Amino acid sequence: MKVGVVTFPGSNGDMDCIHVLEQIPGCEPELIWHKSTDLRSADALVLPGGFAHGDYLRGGAIARFSPVMREVERFAGAGRPVLGICNGFQVLTEAGLLPGALLRNQHILFRCAWVHVRVESNASPWLAGAQSGQVLKVAVAHGQGNYYADQDTLRGMHARGQVALRYSDATGRISDDSNHNGSVLSIAGVTNETGNVLGMMPHPERSADPLLGSADGRVVFESLVHSLVGAAS
Amino acid sequence: MSVWLGRVTVVLKASVNDPQGLAVLDGLHAMGYSEVEQVRVGKHIDVRLGADNFEQAEQRLHHMCEALLANTLIESYTVEVGAPEEAAR
Repeated sequence: MKVGVVTFPGSNGDMDCIHVLEQIPGCEPELIWHKSTDLRSADALVLPGGFAHGDYLRGGAIARFSPVMREVERFAGAGRPVLGICNGFQVLTEAGLLPGALLRNQHILFRCAWVHVRVESNASPWLAGAQSGQVLKVAVAHGQGNYYADQDTLRGMHARGQVALRYSDATGRISDDSNHNGSVLSIAGVTNETGNVLGMMPHPERSADPLLGSADGRVVFESLVHSLVGAAS
Repeated sequence: MSVWLGRVTVVLKASVNDPQGLAVLDGLHAMGYSEVEQVRVGKHIDVRLGADNFEQAEQRLHHMCEALLANTLIESYTVEVGAPEEAAR
């Protein structure tokens, strides 16, 4: 299956995504330039991390108006899988494809670290291969990852199972100590109402090789393949 | 059509935590400005635009704010349009 990886000017995680996707059996990754309106018959899309358009104004604010985004919105609206990683998550919230917004980290620091996240819901095709409650060791690298949504929005998201990932310790315990950027309810990843769009601040593509410290992020890409193959058969 | 200068101010909503403002507050306190109670950091954006009249310039600027210049989930904005000759100076 084809997985399109969108490159914006300033993306820096695109080649990491390609590198990992090439190692996932059944995946044929392909770069898509942000000015393109041709999704190259992709079966799934990844918006990678980085600093699209220099993060000017707000992370993701200008990228949201890149020509490719009209097609991404159409694709997501048709229920097809879209993953936003880090800056890609910011783009998806700015585009209104995911609820909430990402603020500057509470303690101002740019966080570049290994953290743990607990899978709250595996309803998304991007997490279907993970168990609910499973803890993943994943890399984060961001200065604007403090997830925010108002109380009404959060209530609705909870009821619909849209909270996908929360920061935790290695045992899955959630507390302020493991909430490294001040996100409301320690939220690290959310989905849209139908689950096909997932945004997450941690980098699964940088956590996909034991040599680099963790391969836990592979489950995101493997889940996608299983979900799409399962849907086709 | 005249050229107008729109002055847009974008600030985080009062309910949204502003770590940048808190950092500046810490800096001011460290300098000895102990009287400072709160700092909120926002953005000032000058937009020079052509419009037939004041109302049109103002309306277009509001649309720009809603669509791009502010994220109204977390930010509020104000728009001030100066006199057209001001822009020509």
